[in-house]
Amino acid sequence: MSSFVQSEFFHNYTRSTSAILGSALMVGFVLAVTAGPFLVSQNPYDIAGLNLMDSYKPPFWMDGGDARFLLGTDGQGRDVWASILYGARISLFIGLVAMVASCVIGTFLGLVAGFYGGIIDSVIMRIADIQLSFPSILIALFLMSAVGTGVDKVLIALTAVGWVVYARTVRGTTLSEIKKEYVQAAKVAGLPNAKIIRKHVLPNVMTPLIVIATIQVGTFVLIEASLSFLGVGVPITQPSLGLLIKNGFDVLFSGLWWTSVFPGLAIMALVFGINLFGDFLRDELNPRLK
Amino acid sequence: MTAQTQNALLAVRDLRTHFHTFAGTVKAVNGVSFEIGTGEIMGLVGESGGGKSVVGFSILGLIDSPGKIEGGQILLDGEDLVTAGEPRLRQIRGRDISMVFQDPMTSLNPLHTVGQQMDEVLRLHTDLDAAARREACVAMLESVGISRAADRLGAYPHQFSGGMRQRVVIAIALLAQPRLIIADEPTTALDVTIQSQILKLMRQQIAARGASMILITHDLAVVSEMADHITVLYCGKVVERGPTRALIAAPAHPYTRGLIDSIPDPSNRHPRLRQIPGMVPDIRNLPPGCAFRARCPRAQALCAVEEPPLRALNAARSAACHYPLQPGEPA
Repeated sequence: MSSFVQSEFFHNYTRSTSAILGSALMVGFVLAVTAGPFLVSQNPYDIAGLNLMDSYKPPFWMDGGDARFLLGTDGQGRDVWASILYGARISLFIGLVAMVASCVIGTFLGLVAGFYGGIIDSVIMRIADIQLSFPSILIALFLMSAVGTGVDKVLIALTAVGWVVYARTVRGTTLSEIKKEYVQAAKVAGLPNAKIIRKHVLPNVMTPLIVIATIQVGTFVLIEASLSFLGVGVPITQPSLGLLIKNGFDVLFSGLWWTSVFPGLAIMALVFGINLFGDFLRDELNPRLK
Repeated sequence: MTAQTQNALLAVRDLRTHFHTFAGTVKAVNGVSFEIGTGEIMGLVGESGGGKSVVGFSILGLIDSPGKIEGGQILLDGEDLVTAGEPRLRQIRGRDISMVFQDPMTSLNPLHTVGQQMDEVLRLHTDLDAAARREACVAMLESVGISRAADRLGAYPHQFSGGMRQRVVIAIALLAQPRLIIADEPTTALDVTIQSQILKLMRQQIAARGASMILITHDLAVVSEMADHITVLYCGKVVERGPTRALIAAPAHPYTRGLIDSIPDPSNRHPRLRQIPGMVPDIRNLPPGCAFRARCPRAQALCAVEEPPLRALNAARSAACHYPLQPGEPA
C-alpha cells in the first residue's frame, strides 16, 4: 500500500483536480446507491407507502414545497430524491454488469483473433466491423424489439454492442505483443497456447482496457437511459434514471419540471464523474501521452 | 567437424522452409544440410535475410503461416522432428532444445518475476516439487553469475540491466538441461564490453553440461571465438562449411571471404571500411546460376548459367563455388 502512495500514479492523482472531482462523484454515487435506501424515509416502489395526496409537490424551497420531499414528488406522490437513489442503483448496476460482460467476451474474442489469426481472426473482426457500422443505440433497439424488455434484456443488448471495442483493442495489442520475444520464448519453452495466452499475453494487453472499461460504464448508463426513455428499456417496476426522465417528461411542459430535470442532472453528474476519471486514467496509462 | 552421421546429435538434411506470400514464394531456407555432434558448437553465419533464424525456428517447429517446412529432415538423435507432430514437439521444446534470443529487453515477460518465469519451465518439464524447483532456479542463477540469486528470484526484468537479463535468459534456456541450445544473435543487442562476458559464460555453461549449440550470428568475430565449425548461409543455401580455424584463415567461398574482410582490422587500416558490394538479391526470384554472382569479384560466364553445388574441398571442408579461393590466394 505504501508503494502505491509513493507511486507516480498516486502523485499525479493528488495533483489532478479533475481526477479528484471525477472519482469523488463516482464514489459519491456508489455510496448513495448502496447506503441511499437507508437514508430516505420512503421506498418509492412500495405502493403502500405512497400517498396520492402528495402528488406533484414541488421541491422544498418552492411555494407549496414539503420538507419531507427535498426535490418534490411525481404524479404518484413518490419522492423524487428517493426515486433517484433507487434509479441510480439500477442504472449503475446495468452499466457495471454490462461493462464486465462486454469486457470478458470482447477480450476473449480479441485474444483468440489476435493470437490465432487466419480465418478465426477474419470472422470475428468482420462481425465487429459490421457491428461498428451501425449506431450502437440502433443495434440495441433492434435487439430489444426482438427479445423484449427487462433488465436482463438490456444487459444482453448492451453487451452485444459493447464487446466490439474490447475485441478490436485487444486484438491490436495482442498482435504487437506476440511478436515480442517473450512470447516466442514461451513457445520455445514448450508452453501450450492456452497457457501462453492466459499467462503471457493477457496481462500485457490489459492496461488500455482499464480506460475503455471506465468510460464505457458512462456510455452504457447513457444508452440504457436512452432505451428506457424510448420505452424499450427497463420495466416500470424497476425504473432507472432514464425511465424517471421519461415519466417526468410527460408533464415537463406543464411546469412540473422537477420530476425529470433532477434525474437528468443525476445522470449528467454520474457520467461526468466517470469521464473525468476515465480521462485521467487515459493520460496516466497511455505510454504515448506521457 | 562431424561428417559422420552416427554420432550426430542433430542432423539437418536438405531442409526447405518456404514462405508463401502474395508477392511470390520466399525460399528462406532452400536445401540446407548440416550436422552437430554432442558437445559441439556450430556457427551459422550469414547476412540479414539469409535464412539463419528461419533454420532455428524450423528446428523447433515454430514456423508460422504463411511459412511451411516443405521438405527435408531434422533428425534429433535419429527422431525426425519435421514429422513428429505438435504434441511431441512441445515436449521437445524447452526440454531437449531451447533457445536464447537476441534482445534480452523483450525476451522476458515484463509482468512476471524472474522466479516465476524460471519456475514455469521447470514445472512444465520436470516432476520437481516447489521447494526443489526453487532450489534449482537459485543454483542456475548463481551458475550464470547472478549474485544474491535467492533474492533476485522475486525481481522483475526491468530491475536488471541488459547483460544481467541475458544471463537470466541463458539461465532459463539451460534450466531443463537441454541437449541443444539455439542462440539467435545472443549478443547483438548487448554492449561490446558485455558481449565477451556473455559469450564466455555460454561456452563455459555448454561445456559443463555437455550440451551442443547452434550459434546464429552475422558476426564472424563472435563465431570465430566460439564455434567448433561454421556453416555459412547465403540466400537460403549453404555456401561454405568447415572447421572454424581453417575456414577463417583461408575461406574458400568469395562470400565468406567478403564477410571476413568486412571485419574492421585496426592493425591494417583502409581508408574506407571494406564491404561486400551490392545487396542480397530478391530471394523471391533468384536469377539462374550462382546467387552470389552479381556481387562476386571472381564471377565468370559459368556462374551465370550453372548453380554451383556444395562440393567437398577436402575431408572437412566444402564450398558451393565454381572457382573456390585457394589457401593464400588474394581475393
